[in-house]
Amino acid sequence: MSMLSFERKYRVRGGTLIGGDLFDFWVGPFYVGFFGVTTIFFTLLGTTLIIYGAAQGPTWNLWQINIAPPDLSYGLALAPLLEGGLWQLITFCAIGAFVSWALREVEISRKLGIGLHVPFAFGFAILAYVTLVVFRPVLLGAWGHGFPYGILSHLDWVSNIGYQYLHFHYNPAHMIAVTFFFTTTLALSLHGALILSASNPGEGKPVKTPEHEDTFFRDAIGYSIGALGIHRLGLFLALASGFWAAVCIIISGPFWTRGWPEWWSWWLELPIWA
Amino acid sequence: MNRLLTYTVLLGMLGLAGCELPPQEVKQVGYRGVGMEDIQSPERQAELMAANQPPEVLPPAPAAGPLASEVYQNVEVLGDLHVPQFTRLMNAITAWVSPEEGCAYCHNLNNLASDEVYTKVVSRRMIQMTQYINSEAKAHVGDTGVTCYTCHRGKNVPDYIWFALEDKTADKVIGKMYGQNMPAEATRLASLPADPFTGQLEEPGLLRVASDSAFPGSNDKDVKDLEKIYALMMHFSGSLGVNCGYCHNTRAFSNWEQSPPYRATAWHGLQMVRTLNADYLTPLQPVYPDYRLGPDFGDAPKGNCETCHQGVNKPLYGAAMAQDYPSLQSP
Repeated sequence: MSMLSFERKYRVRGGTLIGGDLFDFWVGPFYVGFFGVTTIFFTLLGTTLIIYGAAQGPTWNLWQINIAPPDLSYGLALAPLLEGGLWQLITFCAIGAFVSWALREVEISRKLGIGLHVPFAFGFAILAYVTLVVFRPVLLGAWGHGFPYGILSHLDWVSNIGYQYLHFHYNPAHMIAVTFFFTTTLALSLHGALILSASNPGEGKPVKTPEHEDTFFRDAIGYSIGALGIHRLGLFLALASGFWAAVCIIISGPFWTRGWPEWWSWWLELPIWA
Repeated sequence: MNRLLTYTVLLGMLGLAGCELPPQEVKQVGYRGVGMEDIQSPERQAELMAANQPPEVLPPAPAAGPLASEVYQNVEVLGDLHVPQFTRLMNAITAWVSPEEGCAYCHNLNNLASDEVYTKVVSRRMIQMTQYINSEAKAHVGDTGVTCYTCHRGKNVPDYIWFALEDKTADKVIGKMYGQNMPAEATRLASLPADPFTGQLEEPGLLRVASDSAFPGSNDKDVKDLEKIYALMMHFSGSLGVNCGYCHNTRAFSNWEQSPPYRATAWHGLQMVRTLNADYLTPLQPVYPDYRLGPDFGDAPKGNCETCHQGVNKPLYGAAMAQDYPSLQSP
């Protein structure tokens, strides 16, 4: 196995979450662990179910394959396999795989003695997904409120759910989420550009230090957040994007049934000008 | 830490204060998973239910005795009714339109036949309009039909009417905004053209903006035309208390094959409203006193979806009032 010379010393046993040393080994470069095994299990099972669902469907066109959730009439009960039951099983497998992966990240972090920032960050992606396919459907009382698994069909869902509230751009949490998404790309592009500029000063010249990077931004905008700070900011911006995305969809339906523009009537009724 | 928790909880409560709490009532409109759903809050439904109840039906009158045209003078539209029926309808109209003013709202009490009170001329035309709706617009109103009460609800002038609006955004430094940035009830407070009715509910015709080709040059409509239609569609949704998915699969708004059947009913309603405005309501302009006319252009009051629907997908929840008043069914 290819391994860098210093890498072996980081391959420490222990630190597992369920105790013992079950699956506490590496296969090639990959740490396995108990949660690696559960990840593989749920991934293979879920993917197989998707392929089975596609085989039972009318098309093999990758764009059009559609595994749809049950009719609303099934409520929060189980549905027959080909009428949404597959969607329910696949959702279960997906959550199993995502959570297993996050826990495997926790175990690796514990082995290395580093913080849990990576699984924490991945947790926000899981939160957004679980909000869409579990929390919101449960609050609305039917699994059928989850989005369908298909490239085009999930876009149809997004479109129709948006127009359920007449004009989704007026959803206040959607506004915040979109702003965070764009700010994340702005911060990442500024940071990436700065690092590349400091490490590519030109042929034959020495690579520049973080002091140069700080000075660039102090000269440009009067402030530099610093080499560590930019990563804190980046993590915050990215997680806030996912968090507010989850908020914007969970309030649409369970907590608001009318057009989003109408929600803003409180603004027009403020005593300042009303 | 405790303080942080307190602030978070307080902020969360504040955030939810403007919201409708679960559970909501949701009906599936399209294929499972595509998100075509009619979603309603039970609290809001209860308010609407209370506000949209039909009045009591007057006991039927016998088809006996002389005809109204033989007894009364200047009876142009209801002359073939027997006097008891005629009196019953007059009483009903009074209850529907002028319960406080009584007969005097339309009649000179010293000479009931006189046309000198303008409201008598208007109500004659309104009776003809009701008969037209119930006989010629069945594609929209079905056998449910309408009566004066469908719009008037016990008021002289229906709550929801419209006038042409002057575009007050026209002289801004940043240029013409086509009536946008003026939150209007008509568009459910969206920043869309504040008067979606002028030009779109006045004459029979079609609303078309979608291209039927992917290539440029095939469509002479622009974004402003689309926004005007979007504004009108906001009015549709708000008036009926439904969302876009009630009539459209939003992946292809214009495609009829993918649309729920309600869209056809709405299309006939659009044609009906345009005909009513063009043939019945606008021509009454010279009859009205000034204070009944539009503030900007002095136009006659006109109707839109909300005039009848008032927040409900079927006016008065589909109460079949009209069948109890056969004289309003056809001319």
